[in-house]
Amino acid sequence: MDLKQLYYEMLRIRRVEESIATLYAEQQMRCPVHLSIGQEAVAAGAAAALKPGDQAMSGHRSHAHYLAKGGSLRAMLAEIYGKATGCCGGKGGSMHLVDLAAGFMGAVPIVGSTIPIAVGLAFGAQLQGSSRVTLAFFGEGATEEGVFHESINFASLKKLPVVFVCENNFYSVYSPLEVRQPRHREVFQQAIGHGVESHQADGNEVAEVLRLTQAAVEKARSGGGPTFIEFKTYRWREHCGPGYDNDIGYRTPEEYEHWKALCPLERTRRQLLAAGTAAAELDTMQARIDLEIAEAAAFAKASPFPTRESATQPLFAA
Amino acid sequence: MNRIRKYHEALLEATDLCLARDPRVYLMGLGVPDPKGIFGTTLGLQQKHGARRVLDMPTAENGMTGVAIGTAIAGMRPILTHQRLDFALLAMEQMVNQAAKWHYMFGGQMRVPLVIRMILGRGWGQGPQHSQSLHAWFAHVPGLKVVMPVTPQDAKGLLIASVEDDNPVIFLEHRWLHNITGHVPEGHYTVPIGPARIARAGKDVTIVAASYMVLEALRAAELLAADGIETEVIDLRTISPLDSDTINESVSRTGRLVVADLGTKSFGISGEIIARVVEAQLASLKAPPGRVSAPDYPTPTSPALANNYYPRAPHIVAAVRRQFGLPVDEASLMVDNSIWLDVPDKSFTGPF
Repeated sequence: MDLKQLYYEMLRIRRVEESIATLYAEQQMRCPVHLSIGQEAVAAGAAAALKPGDQAMSGHRSHAHYLAKGGSLRAMLAEIYGKATGCCGGKGGSMHLVDLAAGFMGAVPIVGSTIPIAVGLAFGAQLQGSSRVTLAFFGEGATEEGVFHESINFASLKKLPVVFVCENNFYSVYSPLEVRQPRHREVFQQAIGHGVESHQADGNEVAEVLRLTQAAVEKARSGGGPTFIEFKTYRWREHCGPGYDNDIGYRTPEEYEHWKALCPLERTRRQLLAAGTAAAELDTMQARIDLEIAEAAAFAKASPFPTRESATQPLFAA
Repeated sequence: MNRIRKYHEALLEATDLCLARDPRVYLMGLGVPDPKGIFGTTLGLQQKHGARRVLDMPTAENGMTGVAIGTAIAGMRPILTHQRLDFALLAMEQMVNQAAKWHYMFGGQMRVPLVIRMILGRGWGQGPQHSQSLHAWFAHVPGLKVVMPVTPQDAKGLLIASVEDDNPVIFLEHRWLHNITGHVPEGHYTVPIGPARIARAGKDVTIVAASYMVLEALRAAELLAADGIETEVIDLRTISPLDSDTINESVSRTGRLVVADLGTKSFGISGEIIARVVEAQLASLKAPPGRVSAPDYPTPTSPALANNYYPRAPHIVAAVRRQFGLPVDEASLMVDNSIWLDVPDKSFTGPF
């Protein structure tokens, strides 16, 4: 995938999230939303390293990962609106996105809980003799969970075809990294203790995200085992919801402005313009994306709610 | 003709058969291939089916439950074992939030065919963290099936049915059942998840029990027969989904209900069973239903303290006698330290 396509993917994620933020005020999206604005490069770059048969999973902040992996925008918006046409038929909402056809195998809002399941998908691939690679998206908070360590230990033990992509946005809700992890140890160093190759990189530099993830995916596919990659990035909006939360005092305006200046889209746009891409071409992208979003939102809004009777099912698979 | 086998042999046969019949089945648990083979239930399986499909695992209950779920949604059919239910509590997150909900939560797109075997300890100083009977916890979670067979025949048939089920099943084995014997049919058969079994027919009182407590209930029924009371014993076999129909039909005939449960009394399955009967047919009850269960405090370790912890046949007899207004010698329900009740039979000499 070239830089122009990566820019398109990031812009699409940005515009979808901004549209959700706008539409949220209508009070028709009646579930929590965790927006990825500012973190688009990790999703776009990492997902671009995967092949169509590969799989990915994520956590509560998963819109970007789902979209980057090819999840249906219509089904995602309909799910957030609680509609029957949503990707879970209205059972999941924003925090439970899934698109099996696209290889996006599920997201759940219990921190770290899809990590072992993603490792299980990789173990399944090994048992089944399949060449598919699984990618687990999670935040740095998840590396504080016991289940992360249990999972990466097993992945290392069995040399499983899995890539651990850690988005370090420095906050678990409002709790900064320095009250949660020791200052003298970097997040990515934890994986080294499990015998896993581990890297740390700029998560707002999409080409670098793609390069590192691609190497990890190729290694996993060829039987080389797992890789851990920590990408430093930053969440612009509030932890949960459509607005901003810089006014409540858990982070400084200076920190926010510093990261905003590192906008992954702006950086890529500058690189593209410097390489000779016409500004008009990039602007056309946005018009095309906005049209797609408007159509998907209209579809979601016009879709029927699930019937009352459908609430009890499907509890068990028959 | 009877084919007499031990309970642990029945479980071994069932697992062997499932592995042989379906390449998607695999077995994983701490100690599965070790020389003791989970109390004999997994002996020789790795040699027969290979280290890929019969494997040990890290001491990481929660993570490995998630791994099993991941393989299940990828199309495998894992059997995961824990040598004590108490150890599996580390995996409540994956069992309750994930395994139980994936089918429903994602709108029926994914299936989690996963069997989680857990062993309920008892006696020989198992104490506070090796002997809990928390089946009610699992039964409280929509999306989990919970089975606890008492006979070797049901153990085999229900384990095969659990492996063939497309949903997560919690399979509970009482440690004191592993060495009991009974008829076990040869080859493949299933005992359906759900239906209870009338273990003994009677017209005067219904005792509902599961797992090891069925044996105590049958002993109680013998003692009660000496008093001329004909006891019906229902072996639940499955805790969830609960077979309310069989219970209600029995109580509609007997008018009396005692639930004998392994778990502690408060908020357990006995309260649920009694509630369902009261909701359905209060008028047919001739006496308030009774509960025989473990007391509401942790299991103590010393044999001198554990002797009077576990409910036994005499407690069931007493509960039934109360329903008939017959005198109960409360002192006779307690034992002193002249006898240790911490082994299922003389062959059991510890250590676990």
